[in-house]
Amino acid sequence: MKILTGNDLLTGLVTWWDGQGWSPHVDDAVDVGDEAETILAREEAARRVNASYAIEASLDENGKVRPAHIKDRVRALGPTVRPDLTLKPAEPEALNWVI
Amino acid sequence: MPDNLGTSPDDVQFRFRDDEVVDHAAVTVDAFLDQSNAAAVRIEPGDDARELLPHLERIKLVEVNFPGFMDGRGYSSARVLREAGYEGEIRAVGEVLIDQLAIMRRCGFDAFAPVNTLDEADAERAFNLWNEVYQKTTDGRAPIWQKRHG
Amino acid sequence: MYRYDQYDQEMVDTRVAEFRDQTRRRLEGKITEDQFKPLRLQNGLYLQLHAYMLRVAVPYGTLNGTQMHALADIADKYDRGYGHFTTRQNIQYNWIKLEEAPDLLADLAKVEMHAIQTSGNCIRNISSDQYAGAAADELVDPRPYAELLRQWSSFHPEFLHLPRKFKICVIASDNDRAAMRLHDIGIQIVKNEAGEIGCAFYVGGGMGRTPMVAPLIREFVPLDQLITYSEACLRVYNRYGRRDNKYKARIKILVHEMGKDEYARQVEEEFAHLLEQGIEPPLAELERIKPYFADPAFKIGLTEKADRSDDKFARWVDSNCMPHKAPGYVAVTISLKPVGGIPGDASTAQMHAMADLAKEYSFDECRVTHAQNIVLPHVEIGRLNELYGKLVQADLATANIDQIGDIIACPGLDYCSLANARSIPVAQKISQRFEQNGKGEMLGQLKLKISGCINACGHHHAGHIGILGVDKKGTENYQLLLGGSEAEDTSLAKITGPGFDEAGIVDAVEKAADVYLAQREDGERFLDTYRRIGMDPFKEALYA
Repeated sequence: MKILTGNDLLTGLVTWWDGQGWSPHVDDAVDVGDEAETILAREEAARRVNASYAIEASLDENGKVRPAHIKDRVRALGPTVRPDLTLKPAEPEALNWVI
Repeated sequence: MPDNLGTSPDDVQFRFRDDEVVDHAAVTVDAFLDQSNAAAVRIEPGDDARELLPHLERIKLVEVNFPGFMDGRGYSSARVLREAGYEGEIRAVGEVLIDQLAIMRRCGFDAFAPVNTLDEADAERAFNLWNEVYQKTTDGRAPIWQKRHG
Repeated sequence: MYRYDQYDQEMVDTRVAEFRDQTRRRLEGKITEDQFKPLRLQNGLYLQLHAYMLRVAVPYGTLNGTQMHALADIADKYDRGYGHFTTRQNIQYNWIKLEEAPDLLADLAKVEMHAIQTSGNCIRNISSDQYAGAAADELVDPRPYAELLRQWSSFHPEFLHLPRKFKICVIASDNDRAAMRLHDIGIQIVKNEAGEIGCAFYVGGGMGRTPMVAPLIREFVPLDQLITYSEACLRVYNRYGRRDNKYKARIKILVHEMGKDEYARQVEEEFAHLLEQGIEPPLAELERIKPYFADPAFKIGLTEKADRSDDKFARWVDSNCMPHKAPGYVAVTISLKPVGGIPGDASTAQMHAMADLAKEYSFDECRVTHAQNIVLPHVEIGRLNELYGKLVQADLATANIDQIGDIIACPGLDYCSLANARSIPVAQKISQRFEQNGKGEMLGQLKLKISGCINACGHHHAGHIGILGVDKKGTENYQLLLGGSEAEDTSLAKITGPGFDEAGIVDAVEKAADVYLAQREDGERFLDTYRRIGMDPFKEALYA
């Protein structure tokens, strides 16, 4: 599947396109098919996202969205060396998902 | 004759000179060096402004083109001309943006013909933002070290 | 240390106003991200993996206690309670909001600090020797010259759109603690045969994907021509530096392709022209700056001996204290490399603690080192025990300077959008391994440097042992390099062979260390043994 990501213009935080707007959670990301360019152009122009791009992703065995590249999995969770600053501070095993 | 290049007086959005706006079609540096009657020349980023130095007395307008605002060679070109004593118009043309106006002034540009018209209020603010400067250039402003030591 | 006068203050205040306006125009849609990006970069603001990152300049690495406290306050107010000290003697914050960045810069300006030109294709923050003003081996304090260059390079109208970034380093001793020859311009303050002070210019060094050691371009530039010569060096670069390929745009490529002699000739030509232009500040300006860096009021008759009865303390003294030019003093390096920790990171509490200790023990001064540690430059030997006790309380008493645990590491894929692999976890595992096997101290000086990509922010080319993270078909892979040095014996490390996974690279480092331990002769450091026996014995141990 193809999903969209970028950073919030004001805060810089990582965001994922959920079909209606931008979510901080990669699990909310939806497959955009061949609509990527249209959506990104519109959202960038409206300054709802910054430095956005489309990536490949898949659904894992639990049906959760998993970006294909490790860089985007690090972005989805947070720095692996500071679990306390990730989106899942109470789930240390989430780091295994990144790697 | 080479194709006419350059901007017309109508394209000049800001000008810091009292003389009449120069209205000659600018030619490339190569063309300028080949013909003895051209009075306006256009410097591209890859041109060496020093080639013009023997001919300064017949130049009335130098256009320095910025095809992209990140290419900073034009700043050196303008300074080289001013340092050699050129007093005619140096016009920044092409991708000239608000946030480059002040430093272009410092390097000797005294006319601006941006490819996209700039917001007048933003430009006004940019031209007048810096009360002090650290470096000496040919723009006549006293650098901070000069003020410190009289 | 240097203090702003009304002019310096006005410059940084104006810059804050300018950036506030630029940010407004970006948020209002008056400028595009492509137009805004170079503007925010020249104010130190990157967009990284998780958020905006702000790099704050620490000019030539010198800070006072008030400034260190302010950096801590900023970490609390605008970030998540910590900062990261970098290999260019700066500090970075990882979680900055664009909408708050102008306010942050205004807070910095209140303590005479800024983020000006800490990124972008311009002259960056000037780096220097972390022991300046304290080292027994320096000719003069290099910082007045660095400050002169700071003012010249700040907002230089001609050099804000260079082909690529431009880093300048100034040192004043034969022992190089600042990787001087790995800078775009490395300046060493020297004395000529007539006994005059001047500057030797090394131009065209750098790391990155094409590492080069800067050649000497001019042996002696008189002090009253320092700025003019620098301007000539930059103008030739601005004119001819490549702009067709960003990977070939650094001055090292120009000097290499043009040849150092031809580059030097062109600089001389431009220099002769610029000397006519009167752009050089008068020597009186240098004399105005110098007293700011005068020696503090060192006491005399101090004890030269500390009480070494506590073994842990004695080991810390041996590894973290550096001889001082004033009797009875040492320069203390506070290690930001706890075992298993994140190299260069300091919490808000630790920054406050270091600020207090600088005020109490070091004439209100501290320094950031290129090895990502903090120096208290002037500490009485007789007060070391007391200081050590306080460092222990603040978790800042790791005794490992220049040892294998004192790892330089870039932020890597945990934070950086350019990285191919994570650097920090590798550093953590290596420091833990050598703590557990007890070999760390036995190995003596062994500089290990890790970069998470070819851009070499972690200085892997200059490590006695270097590690380069690469992307191998979507997984992290690490290449091992041996034999680099950033010191006066500058050399570039060589790759041993095929790379390793994360566990493998930790084992590989231990194997390389074991080769050294087995083969070293009296007094040899790892680097010396490597230079004597060459790569082969290491390869055999690694790939047998």
